[in-house]
Amino acid sequence: MIDAVGLHKAYRLKKHRVNALNGVDLHVEPGEIFGVVGQSGAGKSTLLRSINLLERPDAGTVHVAGEELTALRGARLRAARRGIGMVHQHFALLSSRTVAGNVGFPLEVSGVDRARRRARVGELLELVGLGDKARAYPSQLSGGQKQRVGIARALASRPEVLLSDEATSALDPETTESILVLLRRLRDELGLTILLITHEMNVIKRICDSAAIMESGGFRESGRVLDLIGTPGSLLARSLFPLPAHSGPETVYVTYPRSFDEPLMSELTRRFDVDVNILGGGVEKVAGQSVGRLSVDLRGDRRDQALTYLSDHGLLVEEAAK
Amino acid sequence: MTTDPSLVIAAATEGASAWDSVAAFVRAWPAMWPDLWLGTLDTVYMVLWATVFSVLVGLPLGVLLVTTDRGGLTPAPAVRTVLSGIVNVGRSLPFIVLMVAVLSLTRFLVGTTLGPTAAVVPLSIGAIPFFARLVETSLREVDRGVVEAAHAMGTRRTTIVGKVMLPEALPGLIAGLVMTVVTLISYSAMAGAIGGGGLGDLAIREGYQRFNEHYLWATVILLIVIVQIAQSLGDLLVRRLSRR
Repeated sequence: MIDAVGLHKAYRLKKHRVNALNGVDLHVEPGEIFGVVGQSGAGKSTLLRSINLLERPDAGTVHVAGEELTALRGARLRAARRGIGMVHQHFALLSSRTVAGNVGFPLEVSGVDRARRRARVGELLELVGLGDKARAYPSQLSGGQKQRVGIARALASRPEVLLSDEATSALDPETTESILVLLRRLRDELGLTILLITHEMNVIKRICDSAAIMESGGFRESGRVLDLIGTPGSLLARSLFPLPAHSGPETVYVTYPRSFDEPLMSELTRRFDVDVNILGGGVEKVAGQSVGRLSVDLRGDRRDQALTYLSDHGLLVEEAAK
Repeated sequence: MTTDPSLVIAAATEGASAWDSVAAFVRAWPAMWPDLWLGTLDTVYMVLWATVFSVLVGLPLGVLLVTTDRGGLTPAPAVRTVLSGIVNVGRSLPFIVLMVAVLSLTRFLVGTTLGPTAAVVPLSIGAIPFFARLVETSLREVDRGVVEAAHAMGTRRTTIVGKVMLPEALPGLIAGLVMTVVTLISYSAMAGAIGGGGLGDLAIREGYQRFNEHYLWATVILLIVIVQIAQSLGDLLVRRLSRR
């Protein structure tokens, strides 16, 4: 649904050249929620704004829904942008308009008549759970409500793609959760494709099917979240499950890419006569699946066999010392 | 006019204490009123027309000052430099000097340099750059994120100005308009000094040149009342429109 190839973008800050994008390739499948995570200054925002060409990349191409946006200008670019919704960190609502006026704005701009606009706005507000707030002004709403208005507005012209620019970063944890749930519901119900940028690992964990870790203008790692977690040395796995630093030569990290019914650890001690000492660990729901990661000390003569046993059962085993 | 009001006032003020002079001022009011009313009408006439022209020219000018700036909707640094320069020239001339400087333009446009209509020309020229800067300032306060959101929604640039920037800045624009009106009232009194008419003219002619202080007080009171009315109406409007 979104295909960006070889994106480059450089800024000139006084005498310095800042490479915001350093040859980024991005591929987002239809109906997928793709999260780009990284520190501020990593280039996430530039990447997102390159997708709807709020910033035109210096090099590279962007295709959205089969159309090459980088080849468009003027009226045709504006028309293409109407097929891409965008939600903003600070909501970017018009303070002079009511909630209904804000949600109806994109429709007004594209020339939809008043009656159809009103019907669509009512529909959208119901969709985001703000049916009773049509006549309120943004200043009368909470942060979470404002973001719901922002989401309703982004969906007004029935886009296939939604871009989310740190949509939950200005919200408290509970509100963040409710907005994430809403985004996932919208993806499920409307078949939206969502590209979001965030600096919160939690967002990736909660709703993303795929993710990329961005650093100084490029992707360090990208792919399906569950695959990444099952990849040795994954940064994402390490960030999602912060484990204590390894304490000795015997320490191994064990990743459970799904939930297991069999008691693998007790099986291990019985079969291979090894001692298992759990140093730390956690279980998280990631991309709809329970995923766990343990840090354990394994001691015994048949340690290697024990590790092989775990690998054979689909667990990812990494020696911490290596 | 049947009696010369200044004579009545002169008689009334002779050898008076403070309270007596207030009483004399009140007694002189009916005799002065026809002149004061005409002066008020002239002042309102000049200020209103000058306001109309200031908005017609100053508003687009203020918009251009913002949109042609670097990072604006239609960046054109050269155009902006020129416009900004013109505005600065207008802003740096003291109004009384500007009035004299544009005399020949006034004569060309109106056919005379005397009277309220003639005064509208320098008043407008003085207020346009003033209002344009105020428009610029309030447009700059519009959240950039909102403008960007409008771009992301595929909005034309003219629509962004008309449906995003101006409505979002409206309270500030109204406040700027009120400030312009109040400034114009003060300018209009100066215009009186070179025969523009209005309350300023009255104050200079009767109050200064003929030492009739009742006229002076009366014009001061009327000017204060007019400014108060303009400011209160404006404040009310700003409060009504402000949704922040």
